[in-house]
Amino acid sequence: MHKYIPNTEAEKKLMMEQIGINSISELFSVIPENLRVGDEFNLPSGMSEQELIVHMRELALTNISAYDLKCFLGAGTYDHFIPAVVGALTSRSEFYTAYTPYQAEISQGMLQAIFEYQTMVCELTGMEAANASMYDGVSATAEACAIALVSNRKRNKIIVSDSVQPETREVIKTYMNGRDVILLEIPFVNGETDYEAIEEACDDNTVAVCIQSPNFFGIIEDMDRVGEISHSYGAAFIVNTDLISLGILKPPAEAGADFVVGDAQPLGNPMAFGGPHLGYFATSGKYIRKMPGRIVGETVDTEGNKGYVLTLQAREQHIRREKATSNICSNHALNALAATIYLSLVGKEGIKEVALRCANNARYTQQKLLETGKFHDMFNKPFFKEFAVESNTDIGKLNKVLHKKGYIGGFSLEKKFPWLKGGWLIAVTERRSKADIDDFVQKAGDAV
Amino acid sequence: MSKLIFEMSRPGRRAFNLPETDIPQKSPTELFDSRSIRKIDARLPEVSELDVVRHFTELSNRNFGVDSGFYPLGSCTMKYNPKINEKVASFEGFTDLHPHQPAESVQGALKLMYNLEKYLAEITGMDYISLQPSAGAQGEMAGLMVIKAYHEERRDKARTKILIPDSAHGTNPASAAVAGFDIVHIKSNEKGLVDVDELRRLSGKDTAGLMLTNPNTLGLFEKDIIEAAKIIHGCGGLLYYDGANANAILGQTRPGDMGFDVVHLNLHKTFTTPHGGGGPGAGPIGVKKKLHAFLPVPWIEKRGSKYNFNYKKSHSIGKVKSLYGNFLVLVRAYAYIRTMGKEGLKQVSENAVLNANYMLSRLKDTYDVPFGDRCMHEFVISGEKQKKMGANTLGIAKRLLDYGYHPPTIYFPLIVKEAMMIEPTETESKETLDEFVDVLLKINAEIEENPEMVNSAPHTTVVRRLDEVQAARNPILKYDFPE
Repeated sequence: MHKYIPNTEAEKKLMMEQIGINSISELFSVIPENLRVGDEFNLPSGMSEQELIVHMRELALTNISAYDLKCFLGAGTYDHFIPAVVGALTSRSEFYTAYTPYQAEISQGMLQAIFEYQTMVCELTGMEAANASMYDGVSATAEACAIALVSNRKRNKIIVSDSVQPETREVIKTYMNGRDVILLEIPFVNGETDYEAIEEACDDNTVAVCIQSPNFFGIIEDMDRVGEISHSYGAAFIVNTDLISLGILKPPAEAGADFVVGDAQPLGNPMAFGGPHLGYFATSGKYIRKMPGRIVGETVDTEGNKGYVLTLQAREQHIRREKATSNICSNHALNALAATIYLSLVGKEGIKEVALRCANNARYTQQKLLETGKFHDMFNKPFFKEFAVESNTDIGKLNKVLHKKGYIGGFSLEKKFPWLKGGWLIAVTERRSKADIDDFVQKAGDAV
Repeated sequence: MSKLIFEMSRPGRRAFNLPETDIPQKSPTELFDSRSIRKIDARLPEVSELDVVRHFTELSNRNFGVDSGFYPLGSCTMKYNPKINEKVASFEGFTDLHPHQPAESVQGALKLMYNLEKYLAEITGMDYISLQPSAGAQGEMAGLMVIKAYHEERRDKARTKILIPDSAHGTNPASAAVAGFDIVHIKSNEKGLVDVDELRRLSGKDTAGLMLTNPNTLGLFEKDIIEAAKIIHGCGGLLYYDGANANAILGQTRPGDMGFDVVHLNLHKTFTTPHGGGGPGAGPIGVKKKLHAFLPVPWIEKRGSKYNFNYKKSHSIGKVKSLYGNFLVLVRAYAYIRTMGKEGLKQVSENAVLNANYMLSRLKDTYDVPFGDRCMHEFVISGEKQKKMGANTLGIAKRLLDYGYHPPTIYFPLIVKEAMMIEPTETESKETLDEFVDVLLKINAEIEENPEMVNSAPHTTVVRRLDEVQAARNPILKYDFPE
């Protein structure tokens, strides 16, 4: 008998009697004989918990993680500090073993937490409404493009700056594949959106313009300018941003953003080899009823007490089926809960402090790298927590050397931009101390 | 009523400190152009660490999970989420991996993913797996895009239609629409199955594929699946398997053998990864050999004893999510498969199906059973009789809350009036099933006596029935801070 299956042989017998069968196989008799799995089912045999934990430990120890190394790698996934409280609370099983809170009366905990999350996302971005989460920042961005498209059916051109993270652009392409849409990617100039080219590309057929700020290279873009261009052509303005940066940087709402989206992994979620991360999605009032995914709203019960429910469900696939604004069903609620707990902990002052520490650390690291004389500033633009330098070395090899010395080196830009040979994208979070940075810079300088 | 965390805020209180630093600290105005700077603080709470802990602990007390009690939510497979899976998924060697680390430093992670692909291929009878999709719906979208790319590669451009039974999950038509297909609905026959003649009539040169859940959402095995596959393949279309109900067939039969060309699995249903209050899940897809070239990139290859990502694929649909998949969900599913092993997985489906049939046999005399007295891992009953007595299915569901249960899925599938879709799973004991059935019978008696009491349920929860109409009419989606 397996420990996850409680039926005893005696109970099975009683149950079969009640059903009116002699063997369990009768219940499967509806499956045609030639479709039955025989003895050739080729899987390993089961393991006890003791064996499993040894096996899993072995697999985990075969990896060398940012727990043992100091991480200067970002490119969309960031090594921020996660207070112990986050894991202690998200691992309360009343949260993590629940389904989507369809039954509001016994799900007030998760519903209220998501309501708080939506409020926090709105506070940081300056937007009027946020949904309960998306899978990740790239799908959130792709969904924003899709919503802009269905909100203005007379137009079908979407303009995306190439300074948006390459993976985001790849996923937008995939999501737009089935639609009648012209997707225009505008090459960046010197690491920043080519504002003039964006303006030139805009026309009366343009439905949305999408940028990222701080962009893939960490550079702070001129959101105001792109917002103004977009709106003068009646196009929606989509901004992908890092919520940590909004501790000190201007909320995209102030630049007229219609959609603010991005990956909120930096808020209390581990890097996790790429997932699960957390997509957040915020918008202005006029798109609320088109937002994808779950939304929590406040209401009252029959006795007038305040409570929370999933709301505006008429947008969603289980009601609207093929006419739904998105096909999303499961989201990343538990990751949103982690973000909510994280933001509650850092609070009003802490979010500014984390953002500022990242910015100062990154600035200091850049300065030190340039001082070695082995690295040069690639773009010479204001940046947040990530920046690009270049050197005449093979970045893959450099990262390997650094890895042996205890560091996860930066992202090799050549991987995504073949013409940016020798480009090295360095991310520095609040976790890095002066000693970490000084030593990293010295080892990097020595290796070039 | 719990206070919102914002209402607990007191200026100056904090729950977080950065370490001291020797790096000279500049202010935002010194670092950035004034046009780029935030002028007004975000109103995040100012609370102590204990405030945060008490607040979210209190919220957790106002939430109900599988660990709290029986959760027979049909089509959602709310089985026990093993604690060991949580433990192993929290190893730093998994949680603290950066996705762009050099492959040689993440060999354990790649090996795990590589083997999980192999296991899922064996379980589904498919040739190749992509672990990338974040959830079932994204798996559906990716799988349908694979089907689309396949037809386009063959310059078979007239194939614009996806056939979907009227009993299908809502994500099926929604995903097909996202992938750019037109949807053709197939009516179920009087037995609750796909009508093969109707399928023959509706399929043709414009058919890109058929999406099918098997067993379907009524908990019935589509026994004519071989004939259906013949019809669809015969006219040049492909078959898509929605794996939401795969718990019924583990180790018994495989979609690949039934004739399906593409499948997705919900690891958060069949493979015990927790639902997380809505997610994250994972929705890997599997395909037959001829569709391999269309799968999302990257895929994991093994050369000698080394694992690596490969981004080369001639006709890939591209990427559907960032990076490689919901890795920590994959770790849990892997741990589960290794725990159960091949014998254990067969016991899962056997007991899931036994439990469902047992409940059905005990309920069928009291509640209407629209599609016969046998089922697979779940079944649908109707509250029509009870409605005539004065209490509807919503009332019954809410009354179950008073007895400490999560109700079944209600009003789905759409083809059954006053539907209640019950999925007990294999991890529940006979006593639990009996107690739940007894309560459903008792509620029926309550309706006979006092339907209004049932209609006005719940009576014992932290809040009473909530006004969803007002919530939608006048949406309040965030806290209104006092000025």
